[in-house]
Amino acid sequence: MHVHQQERLWLAAGLAMLVLFAAVITTSAVVDGFVPPSRIQSIDPTKVAQTPPFDHPGLRKIADGAYEAYYVARVFSFSPAEIRVPAGSRVTFYVTSTDVEHGFSIPETGVNTMVTPGWVSSVSHTFKQRGTFLLVCNEYCGAGHHLMAAKVTVE
Amino acid sequence: MPEVIGSDTIAKRAGESLALSRAGGDLLVLAHIYTATLVLGIGALFGMLQGFSRANLIVMPPSFDYYRMLTAHGVLMALVFTTFFITGLFTYAVYRSIPRDRSPRLGWIGYCVMLIGTVMASVAILDGSASVLYTFYAPLKASPLFYFGATFLVLGTWVVAADLFLNVAWFKRAVPGARIPLPAFMATCTMIMWIIATLGVVAEMGLLIPWSLGWTNGIDVGLTRMFFWYFGHPLVYFWIMGAYMIWYAVVPTTYKGTIFSDALTRLAFVMLLLLSTPVGLHHQFLDPGIGAGWKWLHMMTTYGVVIPSFMTAFVLFASFELAARKAGVRGFPNIVRWLPWKDPVFAGPALGMILFIFGGFGGIVNSSYSMDVLVHNTMWIVGHFHITVGGPVALTFIGAAYGLIPALTGRKLFAPKLALVQVYTWFGGMAIMSIAMHWAGLLGSPRRTADVSYFGAQGAATWHTQMLWAAFGGAIVAVSVLMFIIVATGTYVANQRSEETPQFEFAPARTGDDATSTPPALDRLGRWGLLAIALAVLAYAGPVAQQIQAHAYLAPGMRTW
Repeated sequence: MHVHQQERLWLAAGLAMLVLFAAVITTSAVVDGFVPPSRIQSIDPTKVAQTPPFDHPGLRKIADGAYEAYYVARVFSFSPAEIRVPAGSRVTFYVTSTDVEHGFSIPETGVNTMVTPGWVSSVSHTFKQRGTFLLVCNEYCGAGHHLMAAKVTVE
Repeated sequence: MPEVIGSDTIAKRAGESLALSRAGGDLLVLAHIYTATLVLGIGALFGMLQGFSRANLIVMPPSFDYYRMLTAHGVLMALVFTTFFITGLFTYAVYRSIPRDRSPRLGWIGYCVMLIGTVMASVAILDGSASVLYTFYAPLKASPLFYFGATFLVLGTWVVAADLFLNVAWFKRAVPGARIPLPAFMATCTMIMWIIATLGVVAEMGLLIPWSLGWTNGIDVGLTRMFFWYFGHPLVYFWIMGAYMIWYAVVPTTYKGTIFSDALTRLAFVMLLLLSTPVGLHHQFLDPGIGAGWKWLHMMTTYGVVIPSFMTAFVLFASFELAARKAGVRGFPNIVRWLPWKDPVFAGPALGMILFIFGGFGGIVNSSYSMDVLVHNTMWIVGHFHITVGGPVALTFIGAAYGLIPALTGRKLFAPKLALVQVYTWFGGMAIMSIAMHWAGLLGSPRRTADVSYFGAQGAATWHTQMLWAAFGGAIVAVSVLMFIIVATGTYVANQRSEETPQFEFAPARTGDDATSTPPALDRLGRWGLLAIALAVLAYAGPVAQQIQAHAYLAPGMRTW
């Protein structure tokens, strides 16, 4: 099959772009750890209230400047409703749902993950800026979906 | 080398009458197009109200709340309008390019099954028993009527596909050795892709229907999500391939041009068929329970679409340039000016192509493993699919309808100036709305949310301006839809006969010394279909096994609305 000379050049440019994107993204995944939240840990959603550490949702300090935050998502609220961490803290969030699909997103940060009943989602973020951040459910979960929000205060 | 021949030659060789072969299917195609038009009108009204509602200009009553309306808008636009238009267009493409004294009975059965499914699902949505949005993620449990309706809609398209496949099979027997005519090839290739893709949604319905009827106690949430997105991305290519048929084969007729290359057109469609299914996990980048390696693989295959996209861009613009040169026009600005911007059949699709360039840029962000986290489930995504399916795809279908409806009814296009104003206002309105949505998304505004004020929270205050712009753009699009409906129905009602019958034809492919010859292997669509299935199995066997293995929990249904 004959392909026009100019088209070959054009397709080569497209292919080069593809290779470049793949290389940049793969490098940033391997070197900098830019990998989407992909935790594989199952949990029984009907027994979340009895399953540690989700039986006591909230913030745990694990070292100086390092925290773990355990969240339970249910229609139409997050528990805990607010956490407070010092500026510069690295927080690893663990979230699970007791009912339907939810989202877990702190706009203008890299914190964004789906929360699927039956699974534990996890995502980490270092909060450098002080202020009160809004944490929202960003997957439709029912009539009160737009009311489902919490706060993260960085002091 | 098998030859590419015109429909009059095919008719002569097969001993068929061209005029007779056309009469049979025209009403059927018209039924598809008018159904799509009606659905577009209802969907646009809901869309406009949603824009107003999110911008806090109106408050929807509890008896017909935002989420019910959003479900109706999503299902009617993404699943019903597009599907009816595409099945109608493909029926036209196959019936016209394969002339034969045919009975369109099977086509009618398919249309009726699709229509029954649509009515069932619409009733369920409007009565409030199915506010589950167009993604119907379990364990949100809609009434069985909704799932049955969606299933019938899909099964109806399978009947339409069977009708088209039977026509192509007849052609291969009647005219041995000839190439499948290009329009029939595009339609068949796309419908093979569609059947492979909809197997996913039918499998999902196999889980959802017994569960919604109460026959089973629980459902695997992760598995149904995976089935949905196995179908959800090819759905996008289904829209695009429908639009591509018009871009490749119909747009050149508006400037008396030819298709740049028969072979490359076929190759692009085959590549889209192969690249349609092993990509769905890029919609689930942020899902738990799916390994990062699988997500990486699906990102790579998603980026593979760069090749057919680049090929398409080249072929389209090369077709423009070749025809312009033949007319003695040279140089980029002169060629742009020379193109028939006052013909809505050209202007609709061409304006769509402009929007699609930006849609492509956004798509690169969405399908990126690392950048998706910044835009996932934000208004950016809503902006993205409005500047792709709402822009290029819908505008192309509307432009094509301005050619199709007169050709099918034998009547003059009603108010052609209004039709022209309509495509430009759609372009402007959709551009304003989509840009505002992208912008809001970058600021973090979540999608699928009735009210984003969050009790006056600080972070949410920055999203309001963009929502006002989106509402403004959305209102323009809604007015534009109204214009389209006036022209589409006016053409039938006004019943102005023209002296020569209006035509909606497919352009011939370029021939001559440097025209590329078409390898016969490209026409072996059955084999390409098998390869596509193999790729889908390779890409999905692992993640599906991971879901089933790691996870024994079955969720009871919930109605949270």
